[in-house]
Amino acid sequence: MRTLIIRRIATAIPLIVAVTGVTFVLESLVPGNTARAIVGASGSPAAYQRLRAELGLNNPLWDQYWQYINQLVHGNLGTSVFTGEPVSTLLNQRLPVTLSLVLLATAFCAVVGVLLGVISAVRGGIVGRAVEVLSLVGLALPGFWVAIILAAVFAVTLRIFPATGYVPPSASVSRWLWALTLPVIALGLAGVASVAKQTRDSMKDTLAREYIRTLRASGIGRRSIIWKHALRNGAIPVVTVLGLVFVSALSSTVFVEAVFVLPGLGSMAVTATSQHDIPVIEGIALYFTVLVVIVNVLLDIVYGMLNPKVRRS
Amino acid sequence: MSEIAVVARPQAPSTGRFLRRALRKPLGVISAAYLVLLTLACVLAPLIAPYAPLDEDLTHVQGGPSGAHLLGTDELGRDVVSRLLYGGQLTLLGVVECVAVLLIISLPVGLAAGYLGGWVDRAVSAVVDLLLSVPGIIVVLAVLAVFGSSMTAAMVTFGVLGSAGVIRVVRSAVLSVREELYVAAARVSGVTEPRIVVRHILPRIAGPVIVQASLFAAIALAIQTGLSFLSLGVAPPAPSWGGMVGEAASLIDQDGWLLVPSGGIIALTILAFGLMGDAVRDATVEGWSARSAPAIRTVRRSASVPVPVGPEPSDDAVLTVRDLSVSFDASDGPVTVVDRVSFTLGAGEVLGIVGESGCGKSVTALSLLQLLPPNGRISGGRVLLGDQDLTAMSERQIANLRGKAMAMVFQEPTVSLDPSFLVGAQVAEVVRRHDRVSSAAARRRVLELFEQVRLPDPAGTARRYPHELSGGMAQRVCLALALAGRPSVLIADEPTTALDVTVQAEILGLLRQLRDETGMSIILVTHDWGVVADICDRALVMYAGQVVEQAQVGALFREPRHPYTLGLQDCNPQRWTGDGDLPVIPGTVLPPASWPTSCRFRERCRFAESDCGLTPIPLEHGADDREVRCIHWHEVAPARSA
Repeated sequence: MRTLIIRRIATAIPLIVAVTGVTFVLESLVPGNTARAIVGASGSPAAYQRLRAELGLNNPLWDQYWQYINQLVHGNLGTSVFTGEPVSTLLNQRLPVTLSLVLLATAFCAVVGVLLGVISAVRGGIVGRAVEVLSLVGLALPGFWVAIILAAVFAVTLRIFPATGYVPPSASVSRWLWALTLPVIALGLAGVASVAKQTRDSMKDTLAREYIRTLRASGIGRRSIIWKHALRNGAIPVVTVLGLVFVSALSSTVFVEAVFVLPGLGSMAVTATSQHDIPVIEGIALYFTVLVVIVNVLLDIVYGMLNPKVRRS
Repeated sequence: MSEIAVVARPQAPSTGRFLRRALRKPLGVISAAYLVLLTLACVLAPLIAPYAPLDEDLTHVQGGPSGAHLLGTDELGRDVVSRLLYGGQLTLLGVVECVAVLLIISLPVGLAAGYLGGWVDRAVSAVVDLLLSVPGIIVVLAVLAVFGSSMTAAMVTFGVLGSAGVIRVVRSAVLSVREELYVAAARVSGVTEPRIVVRHILPRIAGPVIVQASLFAAIALAIQTGLSFLSLGVAPPAPSWGGMVGEAASLIDQDGWLLVPSGGIIALTILAFGLMGDAVRDATVEGWSARSAPAIRTVRRSASVPVPVGPEPSDDAVLTVRDLSVSFDASDGPVTVVDRVSFTLGAGEVLGIVGESGCGKSVTALSLLQLLPPNGRISGGRVLLGDQDLTAMSERQIANLRGKAMAMVFQEPTVSLDPSFLVGAQVAEVVRRHDRVSSAAARRRVLELFEQVRLPDPAGTARRYPHELSGGMAQRVCLALALAGRPSVLIADEPTTALDVTVQAEILGLLRQLRDETGMSIILVTHDWGVVADICDRALVMYAGQVVEQAQVGALFREPRHPYTLGLQDCNPQRWTGDGDLPVIPGTVLPPASWPTSCRFRERCRFAESDCGLTPIPLEHGADDREVRCIHWHEVAPARSA
């Protein structure tokens, strides 16, 4: 188990190198690169050349990358071309918003999706049909559009939830939840459907297993069979799907944060893209990658807890 | 060479078959038709669009749907239909670019990884794993930041990132096809490798690839419209579906209508890609996958259970089964697989149910506790436990009897225990279900039970998972599970078949000891005459869903009366003297749907006469407490010596 986790973390290193490498190469391709951005279009060619030399932009690419990695290791992600602030400061301010959003969305998918999936596995019928429809709808409706509709209905028309803005949980937990309810639903709708579908399929599969028959033959009640034995054994593929839901919710923050004007990493990525603020994009790519790696390691731990064959080997 | 090729030349599945099946799915057809029409309409936008996409008409601002503007006008009076058609060009082009890149990368790479294997496969897998963990959208944004507003660059990047998943699918599809007989046959007969790939492998993986491409198109569309919604990659006022959603969103507090056509066409198109993918997938898996019904549903019973006419239960019978019939729902109606089986089980008696696979012995055993699969049901007869009629009980009442009055152990002990729980905890749960005791008392009882089934290290075993037990130990745990409710009847369905020979003998010995200690009765389902001789008092021989013979074990071995019993005993390897071939019964048990109304064994019977095929053969109750279903049984016994 421990070696498994260590191996997982070890495989993350090439991943991080690859992601930073890709964004770094992209940066070097920028026609109007960092030096140009700082000097400005009106700057003299001499000033531009001087700055290029200063920033090490005339050195070979691998040397520049090595410098970049060196700085990364020391927590230096560079400075924003646009505001001049350190990228790490900018990102750390915004990380809590995105994390809240994505974690709540994943939790929402887990609870609602598993509930729907179990019910439709055991009963089929209307709930089963509803899960089918929901999974189609969840797949079809683009998240940003759902977000706008939710905002239009529940914030603008009914005035139940705030349309925009973020409240940190340190200020007020209830208002934090209140502000994030609509964004979480918009982010989670597609995930609920896929979790429900996976839960239903793996529950059906598990309920047909021989040990379920043994438990029934021994007189174990229906509730324990469904919620304890079948769900526990059917949970492993569901956990995989939850990992994917986390990653896709993380990606969708790019759209959903923009709609609800939430000051997170997603909306920052959009702004940085339109401002050609490459260091910020690089930083966000790195943060997202690290988050994905962390989630993968956590998933491995959960697999181990769920599957004794992994844990005890 | 040609000989081998002829022998091993199974038909390659026809390429078009799954496409034809896909076309039989109405949703798939509608989706495909919608996509074709939409593409045509967008491509022909300059010819068919009623207005130019940028034509402003400030006198008709935000007009709802009307004759002149079918879907209304936007905040600058531009026609929504025209903007959707022109905007679709860019959106669909983006999807095509993305899917094209996806296929150009994933097909050759996936084929190479699956077909060549070795280091190529390992290298590809490593890169694929890497790509799958990259948060794609951020990389796409980075590309957009660098390449200004090039939607093409964004979609190509997304296609590259998405190819990882498809490479995986192609690779595993190739792996499974590569080893199939017709591919091997082609290779043996000298077809060149590239030809094998093109002729035999590509057609087979076309299904999964179309599914993946279709589903990915849906995602690409969502990304493309999302980016244009954020005004990335498309500069207003150029029309784009996502941009139109964005423009509509800014008017949200005035008028919600404009969100409908723009969001609607995105949703419909994504849905169409998704449904088309689903239809192709369903078509490719059809034929081998049957829809599995939920396994834990109340066992259905037919409305009118015929009142049995057999004798009333005798007083000392623990279990009386009268005219028990079981049917299964098949595609063309119910099929009876157990036909009017009757027997009684005395206290402490061990009754064997013997027969080949497919004769209905396990189904009979499962039906006693109503543990039939969801498509099976008791269609007639009664199961009396003492004087309680189990067939008249609700599922809840039956559930209360399971494990308590009657318990069951199964053939494969290692898969009969929940792999996720310690075996001690599993048995403890059953103990607490029956005894309602504290968890400490339950733990003590578990150790008692483990001692009762002669597990060498009860405390240590309790702390193990099922996969850490040998087959014999697992079967002992299953027995402990069955004994936890102190049942008066134990049903054992081939309890030793999956075990090593030495372990078989131990488990049989244990069953005998447990019967002696607890006085419980045992029903033992088996195909092994050695087991019958070893432990059973009486045996029921079943053929094709019917009881064909019933007698005390001694009498049954001395003088088998049914030709099937005789045949089974003759082909028991333990009785075989070693001279000549091991005797076998010719033929196999027919599937239930084709059982005749007359003698069901006739086709395989060496005593068969013309009169065997005329009428149903009754079960004859002899004066010597024996039953036999054969009109020529008097000729069978003398044949034993011959």
